[in-house]
Amino acid sequence: MTPDEWLPAAQAGIRQDPTAAARLLAEAPRRLGRASAAARVTLLTALAELPDGPAHVAGVYWTGDSGERLAVLAALPSVPQAVAVPLLEDALRSNDARLVAAALGPAATALDQGTWRQGVLKCVFLGIPLAGVHDLDRRADPELIAMLGGLAAERDAAGRALPADAAALLTETRQ
Amino acid sequence: MRIFDPHIHMTSRTTDDYVRMAAAGVRAVVEPAFWIGQPRTNPGSFADYFDALVGWEPYRASQFGVRHHATIALNPKEANDPRCTAVLDLVPRYLLKENVVAVGEIGYDAITPAEDAAFTAQLAMAVDAGLPVLVHTPHREKDRGLRRSLDVVAESGIDEGLVVIDHLNEVTVRAVRDTGCWAGFSIYPQTKMSPDRMVALLREYGTERVLVNSAADWGTSDPLLTRRTAEAMLAAGFSAEDVDTVFWRNPVTFYGQSGKLDLTVEPAPAATFAGSSIARGGS
Repeated sequence: MTPDEWLPAAQAGIRQDPTAAARLLAEAPRRLGRASAAARVTLLTALAELPDGPAHVAGVYWTGDSGERLAVLAALPSVPQAVAVPLLEDALRSNDARLVAAALGPAATALDQGTWRQGVLKCVFLGIPLAGVHDLDRRADPELIAMLGGLAAERDAAGRALPADAAALLTETRQ
Repeated sequence: MRIFDPHIHMTSRTTDDYVRMAAAGVRAVVEPAFWIGQPRTNPGSFADYFDALVGWEPYRASQFGVRHHATIALNPKEANDPRCTAVLDLVPRYLLKENVVAVGEIGYDAITPAEDAAFTAQLAMAVDAGLPVLVHTPHREKDRGLRRSLDVVAESGIDEGLVVIDHLNEVTVRAVRDTGCWAGFSIYPQTKMSPDRMVALLREYGTERVLVNSAADWGTSDPLLTRRTAEAMLAAGFSAEDVDTVFWRNPVTFYGQSGKLDLTVEPAPAATFAGSSIARGGS
């Protein structure tokens, strides 16, 4: 089967049997190489629309490697918030910058404000660019700014600077 | 000099090791699943360990420009605890993962019936998954364990070119050379092989179908002994080409049989600052 044929066949396979998703998502890189990341999101989005699909999407996350988890996080806007939130919280607990960044994409609208603020602060801590944080300008509130101010003071005492994007956010919002 | 360490337990090593390894030319590693000093007592402990081998550890390695792949299996020592037998049910789904390039370490520890069962079952899984196999030879009764391992491998029907028999020495290498299996050698500071003894064996047996590793883990071991052995080869008159065969092309050929070896060097993640080590997130 050529790579071009594989994706439609995998979609059909998942429609027929959602439990086949775990195997198909795992083998995507072997079939598609670098194109597998986008293909995985396509498959997961289709899976999410099936009856019981969201639970299968969550299953792919919990049994997934980093690549599969990143794909699930990208597909989370297609699943109900109650399913999405535990996965987002797990990704935010990780120390993998790719997972933390992905958890603050569009699906982060499902997170409560306190969890979201901690996520943004963790981005600053890990040096993850804030440009990828979904809806940052609208959602940033005085409490987040106070938290950033506290981190800035600690960094200042240690002779270290905040990343430029966080420093800019602090300056803009304090004006 | 480019080095591929085909057997090293990075989970047990520090970021200082990654820095020193990268500086010494180590660009790629394979981390076999094995025991971790403290015996585990339930499958969940293994699931978390396997998840780290396909999740956190490759990410950690990438921060230092080292490509990390894994092998997955229930190891022979812990196969003897009936509470861990269900780990065998977990293994197949990990064998599908992107960076899992072999089944291992399997083989014998104390040569028990439980070890027989786990060894045979996991050889069958390797055949099903089309993956190579990493066979550990025991510390005690090595010769008996080796001969029995070769018999079990032969009975499984797996292509011998997909099998490496590891931790060999002067006494055990001949029996493996008489088969189509690859010969693996672990270079240790005190036990197993030393760089000079390894060079003598390469002189006697040649550089084909040979994998040389540090097998560095949580015990007394040294992740730079691959580099030291490569230097000993050069000092003994081997060419740079020979060194590249042993320390790069051979592991690429062996694990490449999985169809999953990816040695593309990814750009350092944006989250990493020049010169910093692993960032430590909020608690």
